[in-house]
Amino acid sequence: MTARFPSYDPVRRRFLGQALGLSTAALTTRFAVADTAVRGPIRIGLTPVFLDDQVSFTAQWRRWFEDRLARPVVFVQRGNYREVVDLVRGGKIDFAWLCGYPYVRHRAEMQLVAVPLWRGQPTYQSYVIADAANSSIRSLADMRGTVFAYSDPDSNSGYLYPQYALRVANENPASFFSRTFFTWAHRKVVEAVSVGLATGGAVDGYVWETLAETSPALARGTRIVEKSPYLGYPPFVARHDLPRIELERMRTLLLGMAGDVQGAALLARLRLDGFVPAKPSLYDGIARMMEKVRRA
Amino acid sequence: MSFFPDLSLRWKIPIRVMGAVLGTALAVTAGLLARDYEDMRQNLESHAKSLGRVLANTLVAPVLHDDLWRTFEILQSAREAHPAAAELQAEVMLVVDAERRVFVASDPREFPVGTRVDNLDASFRTLATALASGETADQQVLEPAGASYYFVVSPLIADGEPLGHIALGYSKSAFLPRYLDLVVRAAVVTLLVLLVIVPFSWVWARRTGAPLLALSEAMRLVPAELEMARLAELPKSRDEIGQLGDAFRRMICELKQKQELESQMLVTERLAAVGRLSAGIAHEINNPLGGMLTAIKTYERHGTGDAMAVQTMSLLERGLTQIRNTVAALLVETKTKDRPFEPADVDDLLILVEAQVQAKSLHVSVEGSLDKPLPVPATLVRQILLNLLLNAIAAATESGHVRVAIAADEGKLRLDVGNDGEHISDERMAVLFEPFVSGREKGHGLGLWVVYQIVRQLNGGLSVVSEPGHTTFSIEIPYGEVAT
Repeated sequence: MTARFPSYDPVRRRFLGQALGLSTAALTTRFAVADTAVRGPIRIGLTPVFLDDQVSFTAQWRRWFEDRLARPVVFVQRGNYREVVDLVRGGKIDFAWLCGYPYVRHRAEMQLVAVPLWRGQPTYQSYVIADAANSSIRSLADMRGTVFAYSDPDSNSGYLYPQYALRVANENPASFFSRTFFTWAHRKVVEAVSVGLATGGAVDGYVWETLAETSPALARGTRIVEKSPYLGYPPFVARHDLPRIELERMRTLLLGMAGDVQGAALLARLRLDGFVPAKPSLYDGIARMMEKVRRA
Repeated sequence: MSFFPDLSLRWKIPIRVMGAVLGTALAVTAGLLARDYEDMRQNLESHAKSLGRVLANTLVAPVLHDDLWRTFEILQSAREAHPAAAELQAEVMLVVDAERRVFVASDPREFPVGTRVDNLDASFRTLATALASGETADQQVLEPAGASYYFVVSPLIADGEPLGHIALGYSKSAFLPRYLDLVVRAAVVTLLVLLVIVPFSWVWARRTGAPLLALSEAMRLVPAELEMARLAELPKSRDEIGQLGDAFRRMICELKQKQELESQMLVTERLAAVGRLSAGIAHEINNPLGGMLTAIKTYERHGTGDAMAVQTMSLLERGLTQIRNTVAALLVETKTKDRPFEPADVDDLLILVEAQVQAKSLHVSVEGSLDKPLPVPATLVRQILLNLLLNAIAAATESGHVRVAIAADEGKLRLDVGNDGEHISDERMAVLFEPFVSGREKGHGLGLWVVYQIVRQLNGGLSVVSEPGHTTFSIEIPYGEVAT
């Protein structure tokens, strides 16, 4: 195998490694360095902005990309947002599907490619959820002194919004809760709250709604107590030095995905309607929240 | 101590054997179950300890990094149920930080993050005390009395610094269902084994008891029915019961001999008494009788010839003569002087009874003979043989057999006279030799009495064997030196 498909082999091993939960960071990093020099596979970073535990889905999506781009495609998945963000900023991957928050923070170091459409809009909400068994919690303010679950410190919906909301309420997010922790994935925030490990949590509204459809029992263990305003949906970005032609090719592909039978099927599994072009101003809301949190 | 001391061995032995079998089965089963219980506990404890060690190693990093969710996920995966051994699943898993607060628990609702272990309910008091004492550098098992849990506590140590502890709480009764299942299975197996063993043991026990019962059954017949007891089916083994059976048989034989001896003695004594009585009476009668007969003779010779008187005298004489004959028969007296008994005497006697033999078409066989005269009183021996022959002929069946055997050796003359007639009943046997006891219509019943008297006076012996179809009188008369 190695002799016949030298460029494919690491990919297979990396996916295998991912499936087994092993770290193959060293291997893939070395590969990425080599790839920037020669024309190798396109590397796309994925973050838990969607339900990233669907290995079969990512495999299908990767084949779809390879087929449409006529080039090898490698998905790079990491345990948290920061690693993926750093890979884009360092130019070690070509594209990434990021949260709006790191995009806003590092806007200068990446280019906006396209934004997914969810329920017809390129926006979503952050949900503050509470343990369904705890009926005394009516709002975020009721969660004072409780245990709170964030998804990821670089997540807009899973971290920035609750921080912002507390700031707006003149609370200090660092001391408002008795204890906070990160689950590093939105789905796990829902799990942590539903088993009662945390009294409340912040979760991507798109993820919660999708779970309500796919795992209703899990979603029923939680109750939405607050929803954020509509905010820019996690965008598809490219590294800042990606040649324009490649960026355009990817953008064209994504924008046409809904019109492609297989692409539409993949989007349906993601519960998304398609991709649209977007201006950076879509994320101004997030930027304002960031400013508010940072100023405090 | 013995329960139901009066119960028959028929039941006692099997019941005791059953008791032993059941007792053994119960003891073995109980022993195995006790060992299984211990094994199960040991197994559970070692499983809990190894799980505790694994968790302690695995959780160092997440706890050190304050990664609550990761810790929780690891606890959840460690808590996954073992379908085959539900008791191996910890009921409670607590990760406690160095300040004895719940860092995370497998059941966060019951043990919320940050709860002080000291504030948990009574079941956890021992755990809290142990954690507070600081003596938990090693893995240890806490078993609080009265609490429903016992704990396996493993220290969480990073680079020598204690981070906290992992407490795995196991329900004390969690393995009871499985243990009960085991108990039920053991009971079923024991029952099946008993189902096989019990009938065998029962039969075996019954067989063990059977010889004793037979012996006891036979003993019950003693002394009333010695013959039945003698014929009883007794064990014929060489063991103790067999020996007992042999001893019993010997005892029966001896008892029988004694009984026979006693009855013989009784007969002999009675005959002796009757003999003395009749001899006395005979003497008393003989004296006046002699006088009376002499007087009649004298009258006949010198009387007046009065016809009436002559007739009366004749009547008196016949009557008195009959009395004298009867008395003479009663009073057998050995004549001091007599000729020896000769071989020809036997032939004479056979000729004498020829008429009676032919009247019944009998067959008379004579075995043995004398080759020389024997120094025994011929008249008396002839009397004996004649009486016995006449009796035998009378008793023999029509066209039957009469057997006569004569032998003389070792200073004894032996006469056997047998016939094939009806045997002598036990009642008659008891008074056989007494006078005026007759088995027949005819005869005065003095024949055997005379035989007995003669034999006794000659210091001889007499025996009768009488079985259906075969009756033999045997006489032994000593002669020569032996006689005196």
